[in-house]
Amino acid sequence: MSSPFILQLIIGGIIGIGAGYIGAFMIIRRMALVGDALSHVALPGLAVALLFNVNPFLGAFLALFIAIVGIWILEKKTNLPSETLVGIFFTTALALGILLTPEPELLEALFGNIGNVGQFDLYVTLPIVALIIITLILISKPLTLSTISKDLTRSLRVPVNAINFLFLLLVAAIVALGIKVTGTLLMGALVIIPAAAARNVALNFSRYSFLSAFLGGIAATSGIVIAHQYSFAPGPLVVLSGGVLFLVSLLFKQ
Amino acid sequence: MESAPPILKVDNLSVTLDGQQILNEVSFDLNRDDTVAIVGPNGAGKSVLFRALLGLIPYTGTVTWAKDVKINYIPQRFTIDKDFPLTVKEFFYFKTKNHKTIFSALRSVGITDEHHINHHLINKRLGWLSVGQIQRILIAWAIVDQPNVILFDEPTAGIDVGGEETIYHLIKKLKDEKDLTILIISHDLNVVYKYATSVLCLNKDLICFGAPADALDPSSLKALYGEVTFFTHHHQHK
Repeated sequence: MSSPFILQLIIGGIIGIGAGYIGAFMIIRRMALVGDALSHVALPGLAVALLFNVNPFLGAFLALFIAIVGIWILEKKTNLPSETLVGIFFTTALALGILLTPEPELLEALFGNIGNVGQFDLYVTLPIVALIIITLILISKPLTLSTISKDLTRSLRVPVNAINFLFLLLVAAIVALGIKVTGTLLMGALVIIPAAAARNVALNFSRYSFLSAFLGGIAATSGIVIAHQYSFAPGPLVVLSGGVLFLVSLLFKQ
Repeated sequence: MESAPPILKVDNLSVTLDGQQILNEVSFDLNRDDTVAIVGPNGAGKSVLFRALLGLIPYTGTVTWAKDVKINYIPQRFTIDKDFPLTVKEFFYFKTKNHKTIFSALRSVGITDEHHINHHLINKRLGWLSVGQIQRILIAWAIVDQPNVILFDEPTAGIDVGGEETIYHLIKKLKDEKDLTILIISHDLNVVYKYATSVLCLNKDLICFGAPADALDPSSLKALYGEVTFFTHHHQHK
């Protein structure tokens, strides 16, 4: 076991935990597909970052940020359902990204490559994921309550729209980070699957969100280990590990 | 005689949503401890009135609550899936972690058996409860932090008639126990006659306002529901 491999495990595990935890909230907010589609938007950002030699995380995050604000504004101005907007916006972004991304990097951008992470990635990943988790804990009450009823939450003088926006920013941040692990095509799975599995098993919310984070970490690390052992690409194996965890969770469904 | 200042004063309240006028220059005052039933046909702006009173939507005119009000709101629509992993306890923890307070609120809505609460209710997922049970939990949740005003949007939606009676019964009981002003949207005029101290009829305009027996005269019922009212009930027998 080499130290670059340990570094991959640590970074992958941290991202898995963050993705699992935020996924717990996305699933109850019925945003599973939004998360999946949103991850595709990162591709053109990634492409531009590669072309101009900037940090790919920044490029991906910026593209996701623009997409989120874009959807936000379009939803208000056009009254089109956000599902439609997400569908249009995100597939277009994917198409644009495929055109823009230089061919050698395309496969990596689509399916991830945790193999080439360095020490610097740890310094970026750890504080960002920590910040995401702390922020989520702080806003978890209004987030959960507004899922039950937006009006009820607003009647308690909670700025629901601002909190939703903050939540989307956190989603953008975790997706931008997770692209390293699973790539833009599969990142949605790392957010959705652990939470879906945790929901099958956990009775209450605190266990559900904890378990979701835990399973996210397990899926990421076990996928990376198996990929390393048999010389496969880690991204797909991380998602497959998640899939297996989900199947197992079905046996314990509440 | 000088009467106590109103707990709520509404002047020329108008609401326009998506270019459509929903409420037109509605004005009324409410006194402390009133139980006000808001009646009117579908689309009359009843829920919109609540949302305006809570400041959730833009409006013109003025809505002035007394300074000491603490308002809780029970909206009409909830989305609680069976799969939503939130327990009754966690739902109450959003407001208080004090079990004594939670139990006392549950008692007020008629859930009194401590064994039942501890072993069957408190750790159950909210989504696993029946509609009637959820309704009781929501009312308990609304009173757990001691409000003095409750806005209650169509509490009977989705509940069978047997259950309906008990929910209103509960509300009356609550009022008898506590200093509460209740605004309640209702479809059932019988309930209005039985439990409300005043009634506010709404059909975009304010049609009537006053004690139920006076306010709900034939002309305002006609303005509310058209010719066929709740009281002219025709049967075709074959």
